[in-house]
Amino acid sequence: MQVAARSGVDAVTGYLIRRLLQTVVVTVFVTIIVFGLLHAIPGGEVRAILGVRASPLEIRNFSREWGFDQPVYVQYGKWLWQLLHGNFGYDLKFNAPVSTLMWAPLLRTVVLAFIGTGVGLLIGIPLGVFQAVRRYSVVDNVVTGISFIGYGSPTFFVALLLVQWFAIDAHIFPAFAPSATSLAGILADPVALILPVATYAFVAFALWSRYMRSSVMDNIVQDYVRTARSKGASERRVLWGHIFRNSLISIVTLLGLSLPVVIGGSIFIEFVFNYPGMGLLFYNAAINTDVQLMLAITVLSTLITILGNLLADIGYAVLDPRVRYT
Amino acid sequence: MAMMPHADPAGPGTVIPEAPPAVSAAGQIQAKPRSMFRRGWEVFAENKLALAGLGFVIFVVLFCFVGPHIYSTPQATVQTQDYLCHPSGAHLLGCDELGYDIVGRLMVGGQNDIEVGLAAAFIACLFGSIYGAVSGFIGGTVDAFMMRIVDAILSIPFVFVLVVLARLFHPGTVELIGLIAVTYWPAPARLVRGETLTLRTREYVAAVKVAGGRNSRAVLRHVMPNAVGTIIVQATFAVADSIVILSSLGFLGFGIQLPSTDWGSMLSSGLNFIQQGGYWWLIYPAGLLIIATVVSFNFIGDALRDAFETRLQRR
Repeated sequence: MQVAARSGVDAVTGYLIRRLLQTVVVTVFVTIIVFGLLHAIPGGEVRAILGVRASPLEIRNFSREWGFDQPVYVQYGKWLWQLLHGNFGYDLKFNAPVSTLMWAPLLRTVVLAFIGTGVGLLIGIPLGVFQAVRRYSVVDNVVTGISFIGYGSPTFFVALLLVQWFAIDAHIFPAFAPSATSLAGILADPVALILPVATYAFVAFALWSRYMRSSVMDNIVQDYVRTARSKGASERRVLWGHIFRNSLISIVTLLGLSLPVVIGGSIFIEFVFNYPGMGLLFYNAAINTDVQLMLAITVLSTLITILGNLLADIGYAVLDPRVRYT
Repeated sequence: MAMMPHADPAGPGTVIPEAPPAVSAAGQIQAKPRSMFRRGWEVFAENKLALAGLGFVIFVVLFCFVGPHIYSTPQATVQTQDYLCHPSGAHLLGCDELGYDIVGRLMVGGQNDIEVGLAAAFIACLFGSIYGAVSGFIGGTVDAFMMRIVDAILSIPFVFVLVVLARLFHPGTVELIGLIAVTYWPAPARLVRGETLTLRTREYVAAVKVAGGRNSRAVLRHVMPNAVGTIIVQATFAVADSIVILSSLGFLGFGIQLPSTDWGSMLSSGLNFIQQGGYWWLIYPAGLLIIATVVSFNFIGDALRDAFETRLQRR
């Protein structure tokens, strides 16, 4: 018994070490790709900062002062070294460290995305279970139809429609997110948060009710369900104690995989509702060709994604012993 | 929103029924090769949603490419006298803030959406499939290396990358096709690689080696044709996703530039006038067309997946 338990722990550790190494490699690739991408700017970053009317002399002096005259791999090395120390670089457009520009919007984005996606999951997952149990019923068909439409709708159009219906036509909710910059100020105006949260929630609901439905349908025909029934467990216990818990396992991985979608979606939701989060910050950085800021936001959100995927996989390995041996 | 690379909702637990390994000589003569496609079509045709989707896609293609010859409107120059005109006999769905007729605009935008969607999906799936098949076929360290690149690209929120690229290169139609393909190819690559891992152990692949065929032949002539179902299904979803991506870029102002347009760009002018209220024709026509087209391609993809699985089952 003891031996079996130990080898199980070793298997988990081995899996985690392999998975961690993969994560490190992926992170290095990501930094190379993103850094390389942003240094392919036509005319170079210096011209993007100084503008088209800068003289060659100004460009040369500025490049020497800030190290833009060095080879790309040297610049990359310096940037990576700073990044390892938690320094996201210095923004020459705002004349401030990037991190001071980024943390407050990041926090605001995380709060809004977390609430919105959470609401969507709370609606979508139970609905998916219900659909699977009552499949091909009227409710199942209606919800499937809605989730198909939701799945095919671009995030920005969902936001646009909600504004049109609930803010312009019906005057129920404000068309803009809270304008306060502090987190407390934003949360103090919950009515203005309703439409942005609803947008996140609808997009999440469409995805997760569909995934949960097929996950439950996969599990409902498994042998362990028959075993649970035959040992006399009540239908409620079979559904929530056995099927539901096993169905959630595959959902965990998909949650990790959906992170880039949630983060990417923030740009549209924040753009439509004028919410001062990371998505809007990124949009403005793109408009201003603010390379350092774009670089920092892209890398940071990718790191969040990688971390999320890693946590999801660890969760999966802990929840489902079969994974460790593959 | 269809921006997540289509993970099979059924999950890794689904067992795709394998084809019986050998078909008797008599069976081969009886079952002509096209019959398996006919069976696939029968399964596809049983799916009413997929037929509706196919019908709608055909309608949209005719609307966008034949429509301008029937309902002809000036789409090259601004018509200031028609500024935001209401729907009327002359302009069935009114005009936008530059005086362009909305119906004509939908046709022009739709041409770009369909062209970019199809071309980007084709390039992404072609390159991704070859990449995935090669990676899975070689295996070992090379496979691990190639797949970490795929992981890396898949974990970058690609909207950000596309916005950066679109901002830096002021793209036209051709560049947008390339940009979308560059960010999309890892999804089919990962799928086809998974399929290749099972295909490469089959006897007919081993037979290529025994017969002295090169690896490139085994990949291109034997592994990939057998993964064609997966690839085609993925390509159908890729068209839907590419249209969403192009619309999203257009909405942010980084799509097809004036005087041409795309459905997403049309909606971004809708956002500018939404506060004034009443200009419903700036929002609903383009938005509903995007959703209906994307949903149609998703229906077709779902039915194709069923059709290919059944084809393998019954062969």
